Amino acid sequence: MAGQVATGSRSGLRSALPLLVPAYLWLTVAIFLPLSAMVFFSFMTELPLPGKAWSFTLDNYATFFSQPLYLTLLAASLRLGLEVTLWCIVIGYPAAYVLAKVFRGRSREAIFLLVILPFWSNGLVRIFSWAMVLREGGILDSALNAVLPFNINIDLMYSYPAVIIGLVHSYVPYMVLTCYLTLQAIDDSLIEAGRSLGASRLQMLKRVIIPLSMPGLVAGAALIFVPVVGSFMEPRILGGRTGTFYGTVIEDQFVAVFNWPLGAALSFILLAVVLVILALASPVLKRAA
Amino acid sequence: MRMPKMTAFLTATAVFASALTLAARADEVHVLNWKGYGADEPWAIAAFEKATGNKVVNDFFNSEQEMLTKLRTNPGLYDVVMINAAFNDQAMAEKLIQPIDVSKIPNYADISPDKAGSPMLNHDGKVYGVPWVWGLTALAINEKAFETPPTSIAEMWNEAHKGRVTIRDDAVEAVQFGAIATGQNINDIKDMEAVKAKLTSLMPQIKTFWSSENDWNQMVASNQIDIGTYWSGSADRAKTHFKLPVSLVIPSEGAVAWLDAFSIPVGAKNVAGAEAFINYMIDPGFYVEWVTKVGAPVSANTKAVAALPEDAFNRRVMGDPDVGKRIQFQAPITDAQREAYLSLWQELKVNVK
Repeated sequence: MAGQVATGSRSGLRSALPLLVPAYLWLTVAIFLPLSAMVFFSFMTELPLPGKAWSFTLDNYATFFSQPLYLTLLAASLRLGLEVTLWCIVIGYPAAYVLAKVFRGRSREAIFLLVILPFWSNGLVRIFSWAMVLREGGILDSALNAVLPFNINIDLMYSYPAVIIGLVHSYVPYMVLTCYLTLQAIDDSLIEAGRSLGASRLQMLKRVIIPLSMPGLVAGAALIFVPVVGSFMEPRILGGRTGTFYGTVIEDQFVAVFNWPLGAALSFILLAVVLVILALASPVLKRAA
Repeated sequence: MRMPKMTAFLTATAVFASALTLAARADEVHVLNWKGYGADEPWAIAAFEKATGNKVVNDFFNSEQEMLTKLRTNPGLYDVVMINAAFNDQAMAEKLIQPIDVSKIPNYADISPDKAGSPMLNHDGKVYGVPWVWGLTALAINEKAFETPPTSIAEMWNEAHKGRVTIRDDAVEAVQFGAIATGQNINDIKDMEAVKAKLTSLMPQIKTFWSSENDWNQMVASNQIDIGTYWSGSADRAKTHFKLPVSLVIPSEGAVAWLDAFSIPVGAKNVAGAEAFINYMIDPGFYVEWVTKVGAPVSANTKAVAALPEDAFNRRVMGDPDVGKRIQFQAPITDAQREAYLSLWQELKVNVK
């Protein structure tokens, strides 16, 4: 009996192997190897190029702690990540609810398409179209002045709000999609039961809908928070002189001064900080879920 | 976070791709240069190929550091490389480029003696770079914002232009600009604190940092800026080809000048083809067509500049001897200096938040 079970699971693994190999091979080659090379670089004084002497060092990591600049920037980037995530929840969650519970059939498909449409366009194109909308004399400014009786001057371009707007626009579909999936899975009869037992709309939301959709909210928040903290393209283009963040400084190290070791070290510090934040948040979020 | 992964991936791909690259054919000339910078103009390549029978294969870099890396990691692949004179020293010291036999390059004789004799391109009596073009990093103005063009660099600090000033997002350029504004030698900055203080007071004036020619031109087209640092060739292109209200100002305090030159890498397989290509690139015929069709910096070849129309920007303004006295040519920068400039620049950008 025991032998049979063992054979069964072994053959299960054997038959699963061809299905697993391509994915793991790809992950190893495309992510694990270059990433471990980067870990290696982050402990070096120089890139190992012919004609250049290099040795192992901790200086790159020490640089982060010795200069207040990096801590300030990291704090600014974390704040940016939090704000963008929050706005994505505020905008994305109600949309996901309407999609999951109000619309049906064709109209749902149409609205869904509108939500994921930004995904199909290139990120740079999206950012540059925001640039046209937000600047003084741009689309938003002219449109409002054409409608309003008084004259206002809207120039959001090259400012912190412009960075938030651009990032929220890029990342809100993640929130809609993850929340939609969990909201849709909520049994309608639970909502009906709550209603028939006299729960108000607010109580329903607080006691039934939000707790049941929490996994989607958490997944969406993590999907958004992590890349936003390291973002560099949106801040650089939309942020103007306020657009310096942790991600843009890492980019400078790689592109402008060719100091890969320091760039790599800064990236891994960011990775560590993000992992710590997610680890600290997970028990709280799990309890909430 | 996204960046290192991506870069690492690109590196892996690049290594893989270069491993697959087959040995260059003898009649091919492999050229390494900035994209869209003369050497890859289709009409120019066609003319050169027809005249010499060599086939041109272009490859590009996005920064001087990338160019050096490509030379280090692909020995023998390139026949011609375009190097900013300030980097020639480093390339030679790393044995990436070889001496050039200028007797094989007939047009070399017409290069202005001060450029040809530049100590940055000549080492131990041997020529390591053939001067091609030079230009300035100076100021440019939006003509709509000025009755008469300013003459001083101090205009960047004028309260009237608050929030309508732009400067390139480049640490070296910013620091050298600060050096000129504080009356210092850009290649030997004695008082870094003064530069820092000067740039700090400039920050509140700034609308945004520009990084490409397109950024600059768009901001002028939508009337968002009054004045900013700009490259001489780009200001010329903005005015003549894009019809924008832009004019270049070479401040009385001075401007940063750079010199671009062609070199032949160590191990080049087609040295004769490389010499022919360099000769063609500094030829007056190519230069005049380049200026007229596309817009270009100033040729180092005196005959090429003389072949331009009398009123051409590159002849009238840039050829003015008075300008020649005010400009300072960029000398090599060490890695340590570059690192120090970047950390100063980053600090300024962070403090402005």
